[in-house]
Amino acid sequence: MQTMQEETYNKKINLDLWKEIIKYSLPNKKILLGLAAVMLLVAGVDAVLPLMTRYAIDNFVVPNQLEGFRGFALVYFLIISLQALNIFLFIYLAGRLETDIACDIRQAAFEKLQLLPLAYYDKRPVGWLMARLTSDIHRLSSVISWGVVDLVWGGSMMVTIMGIMLILNFRLALITLSVVPLLILISLYFQKKILGEFRLVRKLNSRITGAFNESISGALTSKTLVREEDNSREFADLTASMKASSVRAAIFSALFMPLVLSLSSIGTGLALWRGGSAVFQGLITYGTLVAFVNYTIQFFEPVRELARIFAELQSAQAAGERVLSLIDTKPEITDTEEVSARFGTILQPDRTNWPGFKGRVQFRGIDFSYQTEEPILENFNLEVDPGEKIALVGETGSGKSTIVNLLCRFYEPVSGQILLDGIDYRCRSQSWLQSHLGYVLQDPHLFSGTIADNIRFARPSASEAQIKKAARLVQADSFIVRLPRGYQTEVGEGGDLLSTGQKQLISFARAILNDPVLFVLDEATSSIDTEMEIIIQKAVDQVLAGRTSFIIAHRLSTIKHADRILVLSGGKIREIGSHLELLERKGYYYELYQNQFVGRNFEENLKFKVGS
Amino acid sequence: MRPFLFCLKVVKNMNTIMTAFNYMKTMKLKYLAAVLAVGISTIFLLLVPLVIRITIDSVIGTEPLNLPGLAEGFSQLTGGREYWITSLWLPALLIIILTLFRGLFLYWKGRWAAEAAEEMARNLRDELFQHLQYLSFSYHVNKDTGDLIQRCTSDLETVRRFFAVQLVEVGRAIFMLGIIAGIMFYLDPFMTGISLLVVPVIFLFSYIFFHRVRVAFRAADEAEAELSTFLQENLTGVRVVKAFARQPEEVKTFIAKNCRHRDLTFRLIRLLAYFWSFSDFICFLQIGLVLLVGTQRAAAGQLTLGTLVVFVTYEGMLLWPVRQAGRILTDLGKSQVAVERMQQILNEPREDFRQLGLQKQIRGRIEVRNLSFNYQPGEPVLENISFTVQPGETLGILGSTGSGKSTLTYLLTRLYDYQQGSIKIDGRELKEYDRGWIRQQIGLILQEPYLFARSIKDNIALAAPEVESSELERAAEIAAVHEVVSEFDRGYLTEVGERGVSLSGGQKQRLSIARTLVRNCPVMIFDDSLSAVDTKTDLRIRQALKNNYADLTKIIISHRISTLASSDQILVLEQGKIVQLGTHQELIKEPGIYRRTWQLQNEEEIVS
Repeated sequence: MQTMQEETYNKKINLDLWKEIIKYSLPNKKILLGLAAVMLLVAGVDAVLPLMTRYAIDNFVVPNQLEGFRGFALVYFLIISLQALNIFLFIYLAGRLETDIACDIRQAAFEKLQLLPLAYYDKRPVGWLMARLTSDIHRLSSVISWGVVDLVWGGSMMVTIMGIMLILNFRLALITLSVVPLLILISLYFQKKILGEFRLVRKLNSRITGAFNESISGALTSKTLVREEDNSREFADLTASMKASSVRAAIFSALFMPLVLSLSSIGTGLALWRGGSAVFQGLITYGTLVAFVNYTIQFFEPVRELARIFAELQSAQAAGERVLSLIDTKPEITDTEEVSARFGTILQPDRTNWPGFKGRVQFRGIDFSYQTEEPILENFNLEVDPGEKIALVGETGSGKSTIVNLLCRFYEPVSGQILLDGIDYRCRSQSWLQSHLGYVLQDPHLFSGTIADNIRFARPSASEAQIKKAARLVQADSFIVRLPRGYQTEVGEGGDLLSTGQKQLISFARAILNDPVLFVLDEATSSIDTEMEIIIQKAVDQVLAGRTSFIIAHRLSTIKHADRILVLSGGKIREIGSHLELLERKGYYYELYQNQFVGRNFEENLKFKVGS
Repeated sequence: MRPFLFCLKVVKNMNTIMTAFNYMKTMKLKYLAAVLAVGISTIFLLLVPLVIRITIDSVIGTEPLNLPGLAEGFSQLTGGREYWITSLWLPALLIIILTLFRGLFLYWKGRWAAEAAEEMARNLRDELFQHLQYLSFSYHVNKDTGDLIQRCTSDLETVRRFFAVQLVEVGRAIFMLGIIAGIMFYLDPFMTGISLLVVPVIFLFSYIFFHRVRVAFRAADEAEAELSTFLQENLTGVRVVKAFARQPEEVKTFIAKNCRHRDLTFRLIRLLAYFWSFSDFICFLQIGLVLLVGTQRAAAGQLTLGTLVVFVTYEGMLLWPVRQAGRILTDLGKSQVAVERMQQILNEPREDFRQLGLQKQIRGRIEVRNLSFNYQPGEPVLENISFTVQPGETLGILGSTGSGKSTLTYLLTRLYDYQQGSIKIDGRELKEYDRGWIRQQIGLILQEPYLFARSIKDNIALAAPEVESSELERAAEIAAVHEVVSEFDRGYLTEVGERGVSLSGGQKQRLSIARTLVRNCPVMIFDDSLSAVDTKTDLRIRQALKNNYADLTKIIISHRISTLASSDQILVLEQGKIVQLGTHQELIKEPGIYRRTWQLQNEEEIVS
């Protein structure tokens, strides 16, 4: 499901991107600075603690006396209390930062998604968008917050330790630290390798998830095709390469640790050898030697951490690029500034200036194509009077859906104009158009929640009575009240607990709740039993009465009731007229109509009708 | 009482974990070797402070060496302290060599643990996948896809990580605790007691605390799931949201859920902040205690400087694994839940399958006698069904939703087994046939067929991999889908699904017909599988089938009278019973559902 997730990966540090990312943490600047300050303290205490041991050895153990011991104990206790407080604070603050940033960015991304036109969704599967808003944002926010923790801690820890060592004994410090450059090189090399390998593992992992999804969703199909063994064999190939990749990644990790340890042991060895000689020669104290040995062990921990953080920053950058490119997408369909000023925006509509709508629709010289591919509509013209019913008929790809999409302003024409009551719809806000629009999809999408919730979707302020009235109007009421929980029945995810016919009726009720002037109906093709079909037919008649309507029709009965039928082919109007006119023309429509009936003598019927 | 219950719980957890462990199969020993390797590596790790101690005490300092005989002899042989003091590079080298060995064992541990855990993950994955394939259809009908996938992927990952990264570390903690306690005891029994004071406290503390963490974790997890579900629904229903201009309300709801997720996640982190800071505080206290008591004793001459350094160093080494072990204990609980969830799938019985019955080429005579079936006792879905179809004949079935049409097709393909009555195929009882075999002989085409995310060609050849492309195209031609496919840029190589073209319902149905045609089944069942195809194409497909597959026995279920009319006989189902049986001409003459439907579908002519 996340097939599009792993594609791009920019290896260079993208400063502009990070500037923008930092912008999102600005509202939390205080937290960020506080966090950095706390981490400095943590590192400071971590670095100072070995000095306490040194002090104890040099002042109490070696001279064999305990004067000032109580004061020492008190200071030690204060320091560790401070450190415990610090640890609490840094987890608390980093957690705050992480959750706040994630929340803010996610909200920005979601709001943008609500504004983007359907064209944006066409190219991007839901799974892909989900991955942007969940795992990518999660990675980004956790790297910003915990990355700060590790970066500040590791950086200041190294600086402090280096500083203390240099102060304690300059020569010995230089000798001990001579292995650091090599360590940094090796760390960076390995982290890169490991990260690359893990990326491969993640890719394979999403393929495995996809395979599970297919095997479960397609279980019945697999059974009817007797695909069980073949599926399992193909899957085993996938898991084999997954295993190989994972083991390879693990081996890299397993190699890395020992290498770092060995290098740091060289540091420790050097400290002991050269430091030991120095103690013997009386150049440094015992305590200093012990402190040095401890520091060499402590010093290499952050080096390893920092290498990991730099590698993670890379992947966070990739996540950030994907998330921010979403947030920065300019919606192709926007209301102009004048329009927004007068009628409000999508997220904050201002209804006070909204004009009424009588229902006249005019298409003027419309050209349209999806993403500069071959043209779908060319110089399309149509004038529709208020209250007129237009049926759109034609094969898949003939342009029916495009006309409806343009009318709903899900897309805008490449050239030409769509006039509503004589005014270009780009001079009105999108929300205004939608408020006058009733829309029923071929596959009626319901949201999880109750039946009442779903009908209310069209107008959140609607009362119980209004909801019931809408349901009665489309004859949905009779089946709803028979359900044990009536209007409070849960419909399940996507409305799956209801039958197709029931879902359609609810979507009708939802569509007419607002009493729209303009109605768009994409008739369902999936078959339902005839009794239900009659109920739905009656509902459609009710719904369309007195409204300007566009119907992508599949049922002949619907088509026949239309004032005009547009027979479309290749983006052009091939035939136009009423049912009877088109039958007499004996063209494409006639042929289509004829195929529906086998049990009757068609010619005879026609004569009978024309005659009557 | 509590600690006892705790132990009991751990033992029970271990049992579940053993189930997962057994999936390592031949790699089990390797995993144990990994645990051993991590243990051995701790020995080298612990030797380093000893080397440092001896060097400081007895080489640089003047403390007499207190070593077992052999090492003492070695030391004497090489020239005693005077020699060593000028060769301090030797203990330094020894530290490096010891660390190299430690690294070697750590490498082995990492490698072997990963290999074994990956082996386990792979076996478990394969097993789950295979098992899901062979589970009965009734299992799949009642299951939630998202939940099953969750179990097969993230639950499995939880267990894998537990074995690959965490459980081996228990080996470290145990070895370390054992060895350190031993060495410490050898060096100074009193100080040992002081040093280990905190160990039981930490374990108890972790145990109590992690109950609360688990609750908070589940709450945050559920809030996240809720957020994702909302997001998924909003994105899937984007057309509806836009059409009703519901964006302001959607944003409001989203913000509420988003904030709830943020707050619950933060609550979990805050809880962790308390836990970590407090347990760290305990650890610091412990180190401080060792330092203070040790210093006092050293100052009093009861402890050497080197021993003090060893104690302080060991304490630091010991505490982190102990604290870590507390964390692993909770993850054990998580893994247990994960294994149990997977076991629930694996414990479901598989369909008896393959090589379990008759495998005989059938001609297509279907004889159903007094067939009855129910999913739940007392709610009959099919009652007393009887009909006969001769080879090469076509049977049409009409019936409303819930009349039992689809159930009949499931019984004929042995997706469910019938309870009463008999179904005979070519004179032999259906139950005698092998399940897989009968599904190869009787091709069932579904109303909502599932296409796999691969090319169109692969989708058609799914059940007949070695089909020639000419034959494949012929099948597509008959199913009236060849022209559509040819218009795609990559033709038959076009990918289907999210990565490629999205096909309409009718195109999917037609592809599914082609997919069944290439299998050359003697019997084909169309379960409303022409419903999304326009009437013209419907007719074209039926004619092509008649012309090219004259011997084919067909069962066609449809709501369209025009589709059924040409059948040799038509059967009308109503609430699980046959209410009418006859030809089109016969049925339109008698009053009943068939005639009523026929009239309804032609109504307008009469009215207008």
